[in-house]
Amino acid sequence: MSVLINRTTRVLVQGITGYQGEFHTAMMLEFGTQVVAGVTPGKGGQKAHRVPVFETVEEAVHETGATAACIFVPARGAKDAALEAISAGLDPVVIITEGVPVHDSLQVMEHARRSGVRVVGPNCPGVTSPGQCKIGIMPNHLFKPGPVGVVSRSGTLTYEIVAGLSGKGIGQSTAIGLGGDPVVGVSFTDALKMFHDDPETTAVVLIGEIGGSAEEDAARFLEDHRSKPVIGYIAGQTAPPGKRMGHAGAVISGGEGTAAAKVEALRRAGARVATLPGEVAGFVREVLR
Amino acid sequence: MKLHEFQAKELFAKYAIPIQKGTVIERLEQLDGSTLTYPLVLKAQVLVGGRGKAGGIKVAKSLSEAKQHARAILGMDIKGEKVKRLLVAEAAEIGAEYYLAFVVDRVARRLVAIASAAGGIDIEDVARQTPGKIARVAIDPFLGFQPFHGRGLGRNIRLSGTLLNDFVKISTTLYRLCVTEDAELAEINPLAVVGDRLLAVDAKVIIDDNAVFRHPDLPRNEELTELEHMARASGLSYVELDGDIAIIGNGAGLVMATLDIVAHFGGRPANFLDVGGGATEENMRRAVDIVARKSGVRALFVNIFGGITRCDDIARGITSSPPPMQMVVRLTGTNEDEGRRILKAAGIHVYVDPEEAAQQVVSLVRGRSM
Repeated sequence: MSVLINRTTRVLVQGITGYQGEFHTAMMLEFGTQVVAGVTPGKGGQKAHRVPVFETVEEAVHETGATAACIFVPARGAKDAALEAISAGLDPVVIITEGVPVHDSLQVMEHARRSGVRVVGPNCPGVTSPGQCKIGIMPNHLFKPGPVGVVSRSGTLTYEIVAGLSGKGIGQSTAIGLGGDPVVGVSFTDALKMFHDDPETTAVVLIGEIGGSAEEDAARFLEDHRSKPVIGYIAGQTAPPGKRMGHAGAVISGGEGTAAAKVEALRRAGARVATLPGEVAGFVREVLR
Repeated sequence: MKLHEFQAKELFAKYAIPIQKGTVIERLEQLDGSTLTYPLVLKAQVLVGGRGKAGGIKVAKSLSEAKQHARAILGMDIKGEKVKRLLVAEAAEIGAEYYLAFVVDRVARRLVAIASAAGGIDIEDVARQTPGKIARVAIDPFLGFQPFHGRGLGRNIRLSGTLLNDFVKISTTLYRLCVTEDAELAEINPLAVVGDRLLAVDAKVIIDDNAVFRHPDLPRNEELTELEHMARASGLSYVELDGDIAIIGNGAGLVMATLDIVAHFGGRPANFLDVGGGATEENMRRAVDIVARKSGVRALFVNIFGGITRCDDIARGITSSPPPMQMVVRLTGTNEDEGRRILKAAGIHVYVDPEEAAQQVVSLVRGRSM
């Protein structure tokens, strides 16, 4: 099994005719994802990699039965695209776009909350359920089906850790990239809940980073529901306060958001936290024994 | 993007949030013709916090005293930031001090209004010591912050009468400012009672960097070093640190982890450069150029995990203009064979394991210092 997406997921790509949208649609198709529709206003009737392009999400859903959205629309149009996808009932709505203004994200999250839709991102690499479906931009060849759930705020660091797992023969149920922005949809806590409810996920890898308190929040959830082993890693242990480390959300401010506090909270909740990313796969192998 | 106090107050004036009468000066002589009524308060305009403790805020009862203070504060260094401007304002007789802010709550995924009767001091201290003194309202962006929210919030911090009316007007206006100007924080601390009215004595506004593009009229405060500026112009993310090993990687999380790995093995990173996902040869060439310019850098560590990024592009970027210093490259992922071939032809050894590579770069730097 998997969480969020599986082999029945039918994906609609918004911004499919753009450079990123077109390239990653090809990669998703190669992965085996059912990409059934694209939307680019002004380009309805065209095709992108044999996928029909529509003017509106509503038409695309009506014609193709799409169930989930992947958004590559540039930052200034991302809010509108996401609100449109949520209004059409697509779930999950995965926003890859980087640089979305935070007040736009707040509207998107509110609409999603009211509509019961799960938004992943923005500023994220997407969601991958190996052997079933991939939405987003994670590299295809790294993954291997298996029992480990992976949830992370970062892209390449996730690839690094997933490659480490696959290299040791440990497969993944689903890998979720939450996104590097201060305001994102699905949180660590949401992801842990989903993985705890998924019978085929037997361990979870949680890759956090400095900024905010989402990891501490997840630790509180773990204290109450410690049913599956969690291996953690937190990036930014040596990052100076007040500096934004690449991600909009990766900043220690007013003493909040330090790596030390996150590591401490997770350890207290029973998670095993690695000091180096290279240790993660070994720790996972130990708990799976 | 943080605004200076005087810039935030210019916004307040535009939205009709009451502030003290004042002006901004850059030179002493500008105090001469001033029509402001003494006593005046002189406040250093810097973006770092803690200017009061650093001696950047003084009250003057006369022109000569004002000049004396201005001479001391202008040009002063506050936590590495040079004071170029002073905000000079009529020093009001302040009664009770309140706190009001709108800020993005990352966990609630909502904008929240925060108010407290314990104004004038650091709100984080109040939150730790007396959380009961803080009132909060989470805002539905489609409903907005309405006057009734303002009345509820004001009553929670025990305001009534004229002050409550003022609070409702100021809070609803500050909310409008926050949304219209794309602020991630808009704070008044203290919101003080002067006479029988509320007045914004200080102002702090931080504009969301992701939204700056739709506000061409707002000032641009880029507190960037020359190298940070160069990186931004090339679309790269760069942070200056104080060690001697330059770091380039792809993806913010991976670069942060790279800093941690280097530090774990006893090295000191000089900077943080994220070439981003899908970096091209040209991006990589610029990245190497930028990190190598920093003085005191003794070695370069490149840590690339090729996903969307292609290792051969990275290798070509490195070899097209090699840095004038020792270099350790860790490269794995998409097109790694071709990348390795290109680097090998240029005499550069490629590591696959990041920890092994980090140990190597640390020993290079240590070896030279011994």
